[in-house]
Amino acid sequence: MAQYLLSVHSVEGEIDTPMTDEEMQQSWKQIQVLNEELKSAGAWVFGGALHDPDTATVVRMSDGEVLTTDGPFAESKEHLGGFYIIEAEDLDAAIAWASKTTACVMKPIEVRPFRQSEA
Amino acid sequence: MNDADAAPQLDAAEVGRIFREESGRSVATLIRVFGDIDIAEDAVQEAFAVALRSWPRAGLPPNPGGWITTTARNRAIDRLRRESRRRELSSEVALLSPARDDAGIPEEMGPVQDDRLRLIFTCCNPALSTEAQVALTLRLLCQLTTGEVARAFLVAEPTMAQRLARAKRKIKAARIPYRVPEDHELPGRLRPVLAVVYLVYNAGLSSPAGSGLCSEAIRLARILAALMPDEPEVAGLLALLLLTESRRATRTRPDGSLVVLGEQDRTRWDRVMIEEGQAIVRRCLLRNQPGPYQLQAAINAVHADAPTVEQTDWSQIVALYNQLLAIAPTPVVALNHAIAIGEVQGPAAALALVDELDLDNYHAFHATRADLLRRLGRDSDATSAYERAAAMAPTDAERDFLRRGGRASRGR
Repeated sequence: MAQYLLSVHSVEGEIDTPMTDEEMQQSWKQIQVLNEELKSAGAWVFGGALHDPDTATVVRMSDGEVLTTDGPFAESKEHLGGFYIIEAEDLDAAIAWASKTTACVMKPIEVRPFRQSEA
Repeated sequence: MNDADAAPQLDAAEVGRIFREESGRSVATLIRVFGDIDIAEDAVQEAFAVALRSWPRAGLPPNPGGWITTTARNRAIDRLRRESRRRELSSEVALLSPARDDAGIPEEMGPVQDDRLRLIFTCCNPALSTEAQVALTLRLLCQLTTGEVARAFLVAEPTMAQRLARAKRKIKAARIPYRVPEDHELPGRLRPVLAVVYLVYNAGLSSPAGSGLCSEAIRLARILAALMPDEPEVAGLLALLLLTESRRATRTRPDGSLVVLGEQDRTRWDRVMIEEGQAIVRRCLLRNQPGPYQLQAAINAVHADAPTVEQTDWSQIVALYNQLLAIAPTPVVALNHAIAIGEVQGPAAALALVDELDLDNYHAFHATRADLLRRLGRDSDATSAYERAAAMAPTDAERDFLRRGGRASRGR
């Protein structure tokens, strides 16, 4: 088994056709179903949706001191909207979960393997 | 019978040829056994060094493939023991998900167990770029050297080495599985495999020194057809390659310029390949599960049947293109369909179809228009179409051919 990060990518300003309340409900329900499926399959490690990037704070070392800045680290239009960490047998299995995720959230999913911990 | 007949002399080149022919299977097996591509490749490389020393002296082993697998496996085990003594870590070996049947866990459900089949599905996993798929397939299954793969695709050797290393790293890090997809996944997963084989063939066709790639592609298609006898598109691809290959010698003049189908010397078409290809096409027709490769093979089978271009059964070809258009409605198929229509209904009907296509950046589109315009007597339009086609032609041979076409219509 290996762990994979499935990250949900959004492009700022690229507002998809705004969802109606009904569609929002529908999408939310689908995500709940997916989460349950991940859990019952033993694939779930962690997952969640993030607040908008303008709620972010970056902390870094600068001249031996901790410097805190307001706003996201990446100055790009793309940002992370949420993610799952899953357990999967191999990349094909991880991609199968990613396919279900993208069908629910209608956003591209990046699948990235975690380094195996030196156990 | 003298001694020389009993033990034919093996020189290094001959050892190399046999080794390449046989070692793809060994690499595939060792990847399964050791769960690591690099270990398998290095071990087979070491076995090659042993073969170069021992085969010319002792003669070819009765089962060269088995000899390579055993020798390479023993070398790899020796090396892993040495390394694990050093690092006390032999469990690191299983990085690629190893096949389960070796670990005593129930065998996977897939219908075929040949290691080369696992390997080609790993190399052609859709998580890898097409370039990486092609490079890995040629390197690992066909046992081409990195330099040979680089030359085939006109990239520098370090670039190709990097591409291969990156792909292998991804296979390992992301755990691209080493297994034959299950039946329900097969249709989607077979597509890139067939596309890679077809791409290898076409790369051979368009490069002057490409006959090696053409025969590698046919060899791969044969392996796939033997391993997946129930997949009609695999058979269709093999037939398509055989029928195309049967004409390859007549496709170019000694100076490298192209000869169109209608002007090829049909007496020089390879009848053995044609018969094999046509027999496969007939079996596909009986099976009646048409797909793009089978239909293209059938079209080529009709061409192969005609002793002269005038005797071509164009209405049959139009019917096959209609079927192909229905399942693979690409502009390029539509272009070829229009060309066939031109042979049945005349150039005006074809031109009307061609002019509807959105293929302005494709040299064959302009070449086809040029030919139709010339046949309609619209010489100045034909000349400018030939010029546009020549400007876009991907190879010198095609460019020269189109330039000549342009001159011919001007000179009429």
